Amino acid sequence: MKVFLMYRERDFHPEHEITQYEQDLIQDLGLDVLFETMSGGSEYLLDVVRSAVLSCETEVDTILYRQGVLKDCIRNADVVREIYGIAVDAIENRRKHHLGIFSITPSTILSGSVGLLKMLLEMLKRLKGATDRYSNRFESDGFRQFFGILKQELTDEFFAEADGLLRELKFEGGAMVRAQLDKGNEGGNYTLVRKRKRRWLENVFSKVPLGNASSYTFKLHPRDDSGFRALSEIKDRAVNPVANTIAQSADHVLGFFEKLRREMAFYIGALNLYEKLSALDEPVAFPIPVASGEFHHSFRGLYDPCLAVSMNGRVVGNTLNLHDKKFSIVTGANQGGKSTFLRSIGVAQILMQCGMFVPAEYFSANVCSRVFTHFVREEDKEMESGKLEEELRRMDSIIEEITPNSIVLFNESFASTNEREGSEIARQVVSALVEADIKLFFVTHMYEFANYFYTECRGDVAFLVAERKEDGTRTFKIVEGKPSATSYGRDLYERILAPLWHSDNKVAM
Amino acid sequence: MGDFGSLLYERPQEIVSAELTREPEFFADLNIDQIINDMVAGKEYYNLKPYFYLPLRDVDTVYYRHEVARDLENPVLFDDVKGFSDEMQKVRRYLAMVEKLDYSYNKEGWFLEAVDTYCGALALLKEKLCTVELNSKGLKAFRDYLNAYMSSDGFAALRGGMQRLKQRLSDISYCVLINGGRVTVCRYEGEDEYIPEVERVFQKFKDGSTKEYSMKMLPRVGMNHVEAEIVKGVVRFYPDVFGELSSYYERNLDFIDEKVERFDREVQFYVSYFDYINALKKMGLQFCYPEVSADSKEVYLYEGFDMALARMSIRRGSGVVCNSFYLRNGERVIVVTGPNQGGKTTFARMFGQVHYFASLGLPVAGRKAKLFLPDGIFTHFERKEDITDLRGKLEDDLVRMRDILQRINSGSIVVINEIFSSTSTVDAVFLAKKVLEKIIQMDAIAVCVTFLDELASLNRKVVSMVATVDPDDPTIRTYRVVRNAADGRAYAVSIAQKYHLTYRQLRERLKL
Repeated sequence: MKVFLMYRERDFHPEHEITQYEQDLIQDLGLDVLFETMSGGSEYLLDVVRSAVLSCETEVDTILYRQGVLKDCIRNADVVREIYGIAVDAIENRRKHHLGIFSITPSTILSGSVGLLKMLLEMLKRLKGATDRYSNRFESDGFRQFFGILKQELTDEFFAEADGLLRELKFEGGAMVRAQLDKGNEGGNYTLVRKRKRRWLENVFSKVPLGNASSYTFKLHPRDDSGFRALSEIKDRAVNPVANTIAQSADHVLGFFEKLRREMAFYIGALNLYEKLSALDEPVAFPIPVASGEFHHSFRGLYDPCLAVSMNGRVVGNTLNLHDKKFSIVTGANQGGKSTFLRSIGVAQILMQCGMFVPAEYFSANVCSRVFTHFVREEDKEMESGKLEEELRRMDSIIEEITPNSIVLFNESFASTNEREGSEIARQVVSALVEADIKLFFVTHMYEFANYFYTECRGDVAFLVAERKEDGTRTFKIVEGKPSATSYGRDLYERILAPLWHSDNKVAM
Repeated sequence: MGDFGSLLYERPQEIVSAELTREPEFFADLNIDQIINDMVAGKEYYNLKPYFYLPLRDVDTVYYRHEVARDLENPVLFDDVKGFSDEMQKVRRYLAMVEKLDYSYNKEGWFLEAVDTYCGALALLKEKLCTVELNSKGLKAFRDYLNAYMSSDGFAALRGGMQRLKQRLSDISYCVLINGGRVTVCRYEGEDEYIPEVERVFQKFKDGSTKEYSMKMLPRVGMNHVEAEIVKGVVRFYPDVFGELSSYYERNLDFIDEKVERFDREVQFYVSYFDYINALKKMGLQFCYPEVSADSKEVYLYEGFDMALARMSIRRGSGVVCNSFYLRNGERVIVVTGPNQGGKTTFARMFGQVHYFASLGLPVAGRKAKLFLPDGIFTHFERKEDITDLRGKLEDDLVRMRDILQRINSGSIVVINEIFSSTSTVDAVFLAKKVLEKIIQMDAIAVCVTFLDELASLNRKVVSMVATVDPDDPTIRTYRVVRNAADGRAYAVSIAQKYHLTYRQLRERLKL
């Protein structure tokens, strides 16, 4: 039974392994805050949500399909949480049916699995009940397909047949075993058969002409322990394949609930984030994805949701139209919101591509094949020697992985050497990437690098700066503007460090 | 019936009671004990060791075995023969079990399996022997015998009776209703199975991988009283079949043919050897059928190796270095000198091994060989124990050497490894020269591994061979042993040079 809430025509299989590249992405964009909010403390949700969010879907149809399901979820949050709860209950209840590990025999496997299946059938009935009550409230393709399958498969006839089989497997009146003579005239090929005979089949299966007697009965002495052991071994051999099938059937039903939980977990996570951002009075919007190949990026009020959650309040949003821009270079004042802006670009791209809403009033961008980050690292700053090498090594591994239509976010890259060298390296790297149709955002204070592109007067490059008012105060907004030679870091220096020199030389560090 | 005697001896009168012999003394020194133990491991039933303890001095019998061995080198035939032996082992296992079982229908049932396996194995073997080309007298005689045996009325009755009974027994199906301690045996009347029904009802949930829950039910052999009681019920339904089975069993108790059994055992002599050397061949090592002589001591071997060491190299994944030797123009003694761990002892073992396996009538390690069939192999290897008591050790060495020298003659091969290392060099040279002179006097063949350069130029019957090192880096041993004059000092000097410790180098370094 298919669930298909994540993809129109296939199952969702979250990746549990986090690649180095995803690790970098999580660290650079600060996604842990996002994942925590979405998972609400559930490790299971965390696992699925992390995988789903990082999956970077490239099909516009898949993105829109999920947007539809998510809109249904937002409208019917209670029902969705109830259905998710049934799946969770089914999986949790399974533990009660765990078999002891010491007395496992085919018979105990059978009785354990029959019990488990009974419980799962009850859960299926609950699911059927919820379907019957609420399915007409849902509008998305995903949910309508899902409820349709439930109605078609979970029929009264199915429940009646399943209950009947499970009742029979309790063997009231004894177990009937069919056998054949194996090597050494020893009984073999023991097969559990149904006592309910089908008369019309009589003798059809018996190739041997009938002999004299019709049946032979004997009774074991009540204290014949070895005899009882021998009998139960025969029974176990017959039960073994049936127990296997029943246990597998229980697994399959359980598998359905696991699938249901898996396919819904992402939406539960999205609901959690939605509710959190609503509580902070931050806007969200369902983005308009544009097919890859075009270069498009326009948004209103785009903010970094991780920052908002961390600050527990509203944060500054940016509004820009970067249509036809392959490369956006951001310069300007330190602590002017450049890194936050860069992160908001990355987070929005990732959220859009997993089918979620984005942190903005309006957002539209082309779909990218992958999102890469190349951020200067805190730990790098302490490690003087080999820092450029480390940066270049990371760049090298990005180049190993990169595909056309990817997006790369650079944050102060290649600045660990002098500006001339750093600019030259950055210039060469960027020029090549842009020619390869890879979209780039580059936050830098390397004027030489920024100015190179500015003087080229290219139409596909956007020049952005951290806004600074006439009086020098920062607005933390990113606006269009030409790169300027001076770094605003000087005023930080003046304010924080310089006094140490001016006031008292001995305090100098 | 065809006339088949033995795969090992052309003339059946030669077949001695192999079981009486014991392991030759030199086996341990030449590591032949390891080789033989590896070969016969898992084949204890056949008691093959005695075959390996009986070297031949008769050239014709050696070539009789070469023929059989060459036929068996056909991989198709070889695998089939092994398959046949596996089946015969199974037959014997079944019969041993039949002896132990309690219930007659159980015994008789397993007896049928033994007969079935025996007939099947023979049929397959016969088919293979008739389709491959055979050139050896030994295998051709067996093939003819087998054809005659299997066309006999006795064999036809044995096989036909077994097949009929098995068919009738396997057609029987019955049901057992188990309700507590009450058991009812009845005929099977088309009752439905559960699995298809369960699968149908839950089919809709099936998706992807499936975990296995069926428990491993250990195959159990032999009936207990409950099973016997159930079969009793089945016998009531089909009394004729079971009656026929009992009389078949009585009629055919000793069904295995004596000559088939002899073939089965003797062919293992070749099978075990080939299994061992095929692993070495896979590494690219070569084996050859040596030309043999009981008279000529003009021997040679090209690209031979120590089989025991080669076997170990497989396990370690290291390579094997091959070496050659020859003796001509009256040469009798090879004196091997060179660096420690340079392959000298390995060379000496190889020399002994190839001569021994040649005298068993088997292919030997090497590309091409002409070898002598000795009437005795004697070894004198340094003993590791009691090294504190040097005087006692020398004495022991001399006593052992004396015993050997007393027994050798012109048909002997002597392998000496590092003798008299427990005394002064002057003493050692003196004693060793005496020993070699005695060996030469007896006209025996010998290999002598020693650090005493003086022995290498004793007289014109002595050949000097040296374990060599890499000319560019004397710490690297090549494990190649070549004909060359002995010079132990040259080696020591070049090692010192590498570590800048020669006299001149030390002056420079110490700025003298």
